[in-house]
Amino acid sequence: MLGTLTILLLCQLAGELLARLLHLPVPGPVIGMVFLFIGLLIRGGVPAPIQETAGGILRHLSLLFVPAGVGVMTHAERLGTEALPIAAALFGSTLFGVAITAWVMNALLRRSKTDGEGTR
Amino acid sequence: MSADFREIWVYLSASPLAGLTLTLVAYQIGLWIFERFGRRPVLNPVLIAVLLLAAVLSVTGVEYRTYFEGAQFVHFLLGPATVALAVPLYNQFHQVRRSALAMIVALLVGSAASALTAVAIAWAFGGSMPTLLSLAPKSVTSPIAMGVSEQIGGLPSLTAVFVILTGIIAATLGTWVLNLIRVKDWRARGFGMGVAAHGIGTARALQVNEVAGAFAGLGMGLNGLATAILLPILYRLIFG
Repeated sequence: MLGTLTILLLCQLAGELLARLLHLPVPGPVIGMVFLFIGLLIRGGVPAPIQETAGGILRHLSLLFVPAGVGVMTHAERLGTEALPIAAALFGSTLFGVAITAWVMNALLRRSKTDGEGTR
Repeated sequence: MSADFREIWVYLSASPLAGLTLTLVAYQIGLWIFERFGRRPVLNPVLIAVLLLAAVLSVTGVEYRTYFEGAQFVHFLLGPATVALAVPLYNQFHQVRRSALAMIVALLVGSAASALTAVAIAWAFGGSMPTLLSLAPKSVTSPIAMGVSEQIGGLPSLTAVFVILTGIIAATLGTWVLNLIRVKDWRARGFGMGVAAHGIGTARALQVNEVAGAFAGLGMGLNGLATAILLPILYRLIFG
């Protein structure tokens, strides 16, 4: 647990440093994810403690969005006066975005014969 | 007596303990309701927790900034959690590699569609310019979305709100839409959630299926990258 947390933070830190050093438009944690991924590739497997701790954190991933979500209340005024365009845009584009992405990917996966087994 | 209360209140509002505890309690209540009523996606725990906390803060008159001083410890864990997404990604790597081409095409279509439809719909319904610009990057993870928003002249904090709302909408209604268009492949379902609805979509996908979760995490990362690079260019092309 502690070891894994340290590894996660080290990857994040390395990611943040690289992003700032090279002025990359990508946030540090995303680069950190790439670092950890490369590390796992080199090692050729996920050690049990990492598997466990990462699984534990990711099971409650949605909790981590709650504090930012409460920030909705700071924009109550604009959300109120522009409620219709905002609601229409958020609902319309989000659901369309999910659908079109999944649909295109599904269609392309079906076309290539080598894929598709064992995914249902 | 009332002096005691005031003292306690001063202590609580100054220490991070209250904000942190409230966040966890609200989320537990959200989870409990979600589990108790048959794990319906509409009863998304994030949605319930956010509504509860917003209600508590409004009633007690505590400012969001004060609350966030405590809640930031939870917020901070988003970083390590994003790094941890490498694990499901690695576990599913053989599947990811085989579907690389389909993924890249779906990414470009989905990324452009999410941003353009958001701006177009808001414009059609008479949204103001700052709102339109703040909406454009709403499908990607908050730090990228806020950076892009600032770059193209939106309001970063408003974008952060749109990002969260986008995630909640996808987490509550995404499953329904995916069933409606009859996409059954977990890879495609997960990827759609990650591209269009970043980490909250990914959290929802992970709840359902590990393959979907891995593809969602990848979709989130890739769309973050695509949006960070393409949206400012698109903005310059359109608004010069």
